[in-house]
Amino acid sequence: MGKILIPIGPQHPALKEPESFNILLEGERVAAANVTIGYNHRGIEKACESRTYIQDMYLIERICGICSHSHSTCFIQTVEEIAGLSIPKRASFIRTLIGELERVHSHLLWLGVAGHEIGFDTLFMYSWRDREFVMDILAMLTGNRVNYSVNTIGGVRRDISADQIQEVLKAVDILENRTEYYIQVAYEETTLISRLAGVGRLPEDVVMRLGATGPVARAAGVKKDVRRDDPYAAYADMEFNVITDDHADVLGRTIVRVKELMESYKIIRQLLNSIPDGPLIVKAPRKIPAGEAVTRYEAPRGEDVHYVKSNGTDMPERVKVRAPTLANLAAISYMLEGGYLADVPIVIAAIDPCFSCTDRMIKVSNMNSGEESILDWNGLRDYSIKWYREQGIELNNIKTFRGEVR
Amino acid sequence: MIDMEESLVKELTKKFVFLEGKCIITRERRISVEAPKKAFLDIIGYAASKLKFEQLCAITGLDAGENLEFIYHLANREGIMLNLKLTVSKANPEINTVTAVYNGAIFYERELEDLLGAKVAGLPREKHYPLPENWPEGQYPLRKDWKPDAVQQK
Repeated sequence: MGKILIPIGPQHPALKEPESFNILLEGERVAAANVTIGYNHRGIEKACESRTYIQDMYLIERICGICSHSHSTCFIQTVEEIAGLSIPKRASFIRTLIGELERVHSHLLWLGVAGHEIGFDTLFMYSWRDREFVMDILAMLTGNRVNYSVNTIGGVRRDISADQIQEVLKAVDILENRTEYYIQVAYEETTLISRLAGVGRLPEDVVMRLGATGPVARAAGVKKDVRRDDPYAAYADMEFNVITDDHADVLGRTIVRVKELMESYKIIRQLLNSIPDGPLIVKAPRKIPAGEAVTRYEAPRGEDVHYVKSNGTDMPERVKVRAPTLANLAAISYMLEGGYLADVPIVIAAIDPCFSCTDRMIKVSNMNSGEESILDWNGLRDYSIKWYREQGIELNNIKTFRGEVR
Repeated sequence: MIDMEESLVKELTKKFVFLEGKCIITRERRISVEAPKKAFLDIIGYAASKLKFEQLCAITGLDAGENLEFIYHLANREGIMLNLKLTVSKANPEINTVTAVYNGAIFYERELEDLLGAKVAGLPREKHYPLPENWPEGQYPLRKDWKPDAVQQK
């Protein structure tokens, strides 16, 4: 049978961000897959060398929209290690709390994307609606849905009040209830199981050989989690299980992620029930003494690694970032080869490569008059309700899991 | 607290006597080793197979004036990181690929070639990563003397 080479990307409807795959097809089967990346390389490491640590903190937070807190925490704890700073306990609890809420929103987002990629759009709509609970909580705690800017060198910038703790606990109860349903879906829903089982296989020995990380590794039975192995922030005081699975395919990755949500809720409750009183920040020097350090962080997508070398000035000598997706991309060819062309989108999506979801404001320009107005979140929501009403659909009549219509 | 780290250092210096005094436990779960270029592949291979540092987390490349410095961040399942340091002169920036030991290291090593101008022997010549295909020869952005305006937008 003749072979056909299909280029997918860098701009392609099935991909959420620019990466390029050359898929060699033999019939419907993928004979070989080649990945090219680098389209999004923005030179952030170089840019960090000519900016102060405080400026870098904000720049690093913008490496990724979804894991913004992961990168920011990983960078800051590296700088703090060089400077010999030990942050107050309350600050480390708040850091950990935001980190776990970030994991919850990221995993729910992934679940929706996975549902969408396999044509199960109901799952996509359910999980993205539920994700709004945690997004609202993050907005309440930090003022932002992404890029929380909670960290600063020496501690955190925002406190959490007793009322806010109650709000978070309430949302966690609802989310836990919903997640139990998703776990049931992952274990019992026959169409989902037959669509995902055996797809994008990556067994344990290949995980170790190619250095895959995060849920991709844990779904192959590799018990690897930085929160447990190399604890940072408040994780040494937390009780949680490292979730693994032995399917070693996309189904396994789904199971690992939904079950990890339950562990996150467990950690969030422990944090909120035992958060100590005290200061939020210790004074950090503007100039960081010469030295170097490397720290790791368990981001939603896997292990994030930051290395910083300082030279005694207020700017770093070198900043190195290894984001988790880079570690997992090495394994993508293996996962694709031997599979079907139709599985390519879900196999790629199953390593959870990240894309930004920062839009929460729309600038409306009237093309005739040139007038501009701003629609904020509530305005946008009102507009959509009004639009549906004009189509004859009354959203208030639709029963929601939220229990309230805002 | 650092028993495991100490015994790893002991094992490493027993096998490679010349590493005596070049291994530093910088803190709990962090070991830093200055490895000579000649024995580098032996050391990293031994660390991967015998000392069970099964994972290569990242390779950091640094411009250290006259030299280029590379740090191979290895990790084991106990959460200990072994930072293997390798220094070569800028005049002859050749290092050997570690892809035989860590198959997934290709992207990390291509990054060293593109951004720092290292020559990685044994790595197949492929397209640029992460720089674009039309990137001019001899421009290495992570070198200290490189400024962003060295490459003109066309």
